[in-house]
Amino acid sequence: MVDRQPVFRTRGVTRVFGDGPATVQALRGVDMSLYAGEFVVLLGASGSGKSTLLNILGGLDTATDGEVWYRDQNLSQASERVLTRFRRHHVGFVFQFYNLIPSLTARENVAIVTEIADAPMTPEEALDLVGLAPRMDHFPSQLSGGEQQRVAIARAIAKNPAVLLCDEPTGALDSKTGIRVLEVLQDINQRLGTTTAVITHNAVIADMADRMIRLTDGRVSEVHENTRRLSPAELHW
Amino acid sequence: MRTLHIKLRRNLWTLREQGLAIALVIAAGVATFVMSLSTLDSLRLTQQSVYTSQHFAHLFADLKRAPEATAERLASIPGVAQVATRVQAPVTVQVADFPDPVTGLMISVPDGQQPALNRLFLRAGQWPDPGRDDQVLLAEAFAQAHGLSVGDRLSVVINGRYQRLRISGIALSPEYIYQIRPGELFPDFERFAVMWMNRSALGAAFGMEGAFNSVTLSLAPGQGAASVIEQVDALLAPWGGLGAYDREDQISHRYLEDEFQQLSAMARFIPLVLIGVAAFLLNVVAARLIRTQREQIAVLKAFGYDRRTVALHYLMLVMVVVLIGSVVGVLLGVWMASGLASLYQDFFRFPWLEFRLRPQVAVAAVLIAGGATLLGTFTAVRAALLLPPAEAMRPAPPARYRRTVIERLGLQRLSQPSRMILRNLERQPVKAGLSMLGIAFAVSILMLTGFSRGAINHMVDVQYRLAQKQDVTVTFNEPVSWRAVHELRSLPGVQHAEAFRVVPGILRNGHRSYRGAVQGYLPDSELFHVLDRDLQPLALPREGAVITDHLARLLDIAPGDTLYVSVQEGHRPTLAIPVAALVTEYIGVGVYMQLPALERLLREGGSVSGAFLAVDPLYLPALQQALEARPAVAAVSLRDTLIRTFRELMEDNILLFTLFSLFLAGTIAFAVVYNNARIAFAERNRELASLRVLGFTRAEITFILLGELVLLTLLALPLGFALGAGLCALMTLALQTDLYRIPLVLTPATYAWAAAVVLGATLLSSLMIGRLLRRLDMVTALKGME
Repeated sequence: MVDRQPVFRTRGVTRVFGDGPATVQALRGVDMSLYAGEFVVLLGASGSGKSTLLNILGGLDTATDGEVWYRDQNLSQASERVLTRFRRHHVGFVFQFYNLIPSLTARENVAIVTEIADAPMTPEEALDLVGLAPRMDHFPSQLSGGEQQRVAIARAIAKNPAVLLCDEPTGALDSKTGIRVLEVLQDINQRLGTTTAVITHNAVIADMADRMIRLTDGRVSEVHENTRRLSPAELHW
Repeated sequence: MRTLHIKLRRNLWTLREQGLAIALVIAAGVATFVMSLSTLDSLRLTQQSVYTSQHFAHLFADLKRAPEATAERLASIPGVAQVATRVQAPVTVQVADFPDPVTGLMISVPDGQQPALNRLFLRAGQWPDPGRDDQVLLAEAFAQAHGLSVGDRLSVVINGRYQRLRISGIALSPEYIYQIRPGELFPDFERFAVMWMNRSALGAAFGMEGAFNSVTLSLAPGQGAASVIEQVDALLAPWGGLGAYDREDQISHRYLEDEFQQLSAMARFIPLVLIGVAAFLLNVVAARLIRTQREQIAVLKAFGYDRRTVALHYLMLVMVVVLIGSVVGVLLGVWMASGLASLYQDFFRFPWLEFRLRPQVAVAAVLIAGGATLLGTFTAVRAALLLPPAEAMRPAPPARYRRTVIERLGLQRLSQPSRMILRNLERQPVKAGLSMLGIAFAVSILMLTGFSRGAINHMVDVQYRLAQKQDVTVTFNEPVSWRAVHELRSLPGVQHAEAFRVVPGILRNGHRSYRGAVQGYLPDSELFHVLDRDLQPLALPREGAVITDHLARLLDIAPGDTLYVSVQEGHRPTLAIPVAALVTEYIGVGVYMQLPALERLLREGGSVSGAFLAVDPLYLPALQQALEARPAVAAVSLRDTLIRTFRELMEDNILLFTLFSLFLAGTIAFAVVYNNARIAFAERNRELASLRVLGFTRAEITFILLGELVLLTLLALPLGFALGAGLCALMTLALQTDLYRIPLVLTPATYAWAAAVVLGATLLSSLMIGRLLRRLDMVTALKGME
């Protein structure tokens, strides 16, 4: 089911924050690839560099050294303008704290992205995919945490992104709600074939992925391919 | 506790731009307040000190001629402290290289010494030597206007006799602090001179040896003027007394009071409005600034800091800003006040200036501005403290929003960013309303401080282009026969001449009175008109008088009533004149009649006080010379000169003051708009970062943030216009004096100016915020907490 066409490739990516004695080396030479259509879990402890890596892949940050390729585009040299366009058309983000716009309804929160994307689905389709069609005219303040996160997912996938990047998507949710959110992510991955990378420190989640990449102290320390993916309903934490 | 102080220092540094903007508003508010009140205080104090030390008289009386012995009888009137008699003579003056007609007043001083009352302040040179008849003291204003100094010579015609005089000294008198030719509205230092000469010399030249024609008196402490005036009048009546009057009717004092009254109205009104607006804004801005610190407050509480300490911490933060603003404001205010007071000195000829800053003024200013700021801070800190720390530390829950009225009305075709702007405004109507009100106030104070220029142009237009069209006004020494006017018609360049009659008198209605004059004009006058409400010429009635509405208010008189006039010349009859109608005039006050009707009342015929001339401008210089050569001519005034002196008066007096205020109002306007934008940015920071992550360009998120700002500003403009018009109307009411009434004329330029400054401030703030948006850190903002 996974063809070996890399969407992202990194070669010796480092990221240093600050300078002088206060330097923090968040990434110390990461080599990895993400392949089209696969579901990857990036596992790591706090401070392992996983968020930094995700931010660089998503064009929110740039590497200090090394190369980052999105298909045949070199992101490590890209300008701010190019990165904005890259995010706008190719990347879907899901965050721990949802980051919805409180002044817009669920539908409008999706529409704000579809209005600027190239070939998006309609907001209604996107919300239907995450099971929120009945609540699409609600404002964020009228939705539960899990529902808000599903709106965030709908917003991320509505532009038909090449890749969906999720930073601790279940971090702020209880396990039941978290599993519901993971089900949505898996469903999207299987139905639309969207390459999905999920960052988490929760090792259990790795069991639902095609591959698990573990980061330790800014380096890839382990890559594990699951022979059998569990469904989110089978996960417990 | 030490760490908290370090945090205080760092916070101040982080918030420096907003803190500075707030300090700027405080400084501007405090400075206006201190400047205005100190200027007024200083001028008043100077007036008092000059009056006291120069022995400014309490009563004044002019008469035809009385023997010096009369002085003793005046001195014996109960309540009179001192009597100083003197000789006053109208003169014409010739100054080298100055073509215009110059008239003057020569006043006697006891030979070689100070008079008992109205002592002179000798600025330069020395007192005329006793017995000399060729030395004079010259008033400083005139000397400066012509660049004359001690030792220079002047030619003067006294009583028809030409005399060469040497300036022995330059002097200032408490009687001529406002140095204006009697009967005129504005001072003209170039064309009106005041001089002092030895009594023996002037007495001889004017035929007043052993006699006097003017007397000044001082009163014993606590003595009222009225009873003394009565006795003085009785005593001087046989000697052609023209009626004694007290300081209230002394020209310089009266005009000075008028000017002070006007200045005081302005000096109270504008700063009160400005500091009120500043206080309001500071309250709002401080509260919003603190609200952006919500999470930090929660963290401090979570660490176990008690509420008092945290509250104090933030109050101190704001107090530093208040302190900076106050100190700068007081210093700036004092600096501007001393500058302003010395500029006024060109206009009010005080021999010296006493500067005073009453501590209460500074304290009140600081309390109003600082208090409002601290109050806003306190309420916001309290609100933050009331939240449980855990709740406050979490990123704020999604705020409640709903569809806006505009959307519910069916305007669905809005883009999401536009929707965000509208919903942000509508979700927090109080906040949006306060921001709008703040901007509207900024607009209104700009209008208040900027409208007078347009209004003054309108005054000049009405008075000198619609009402009084004569190029030249000729006034005779005393009423003369009509023949004099016919003679004027034959002078070079005179195209048209119209006689007029001015009868000085005390205008009375019941117990109210006003020293003025009744003016008679030709029924079919082409050069002089009174105007109705629509600025159309109003025909003078065949009987009765038309009077200025301001005078009608002073005398509490209305059409249909009878105005009584005690004439102050000739046989001094009392006239009863029916009031036919009121007219609105901006400059001066008047009682206007048809000349024949006035003559019937006076039971005289064929005498005129002067004439209006329409003149071919090419002949003007020649005409001036011809007029000057005529002994019967007391004064010649040119319309262009009048307009110019009026404008100078206004510029010195009102425009100067408003210019200073305008600068401060502009400062406040900018600070308001900038702070609004800055705080909106702090509040939206996270949301905007999310949008950037989703692929929005900088231009697109800039639209969302600044769109709101611009929309608020645009909505605030009409509100500000309305507020401004109201404030301007209030101020014109406060500024009414006998001298002039500034009409409420709001020109498009006034509105445009206020709008331009505020929009300019918006643009500048936008640029500054744009800089912040470029530095927006997406990753940090998404973490939820700074």
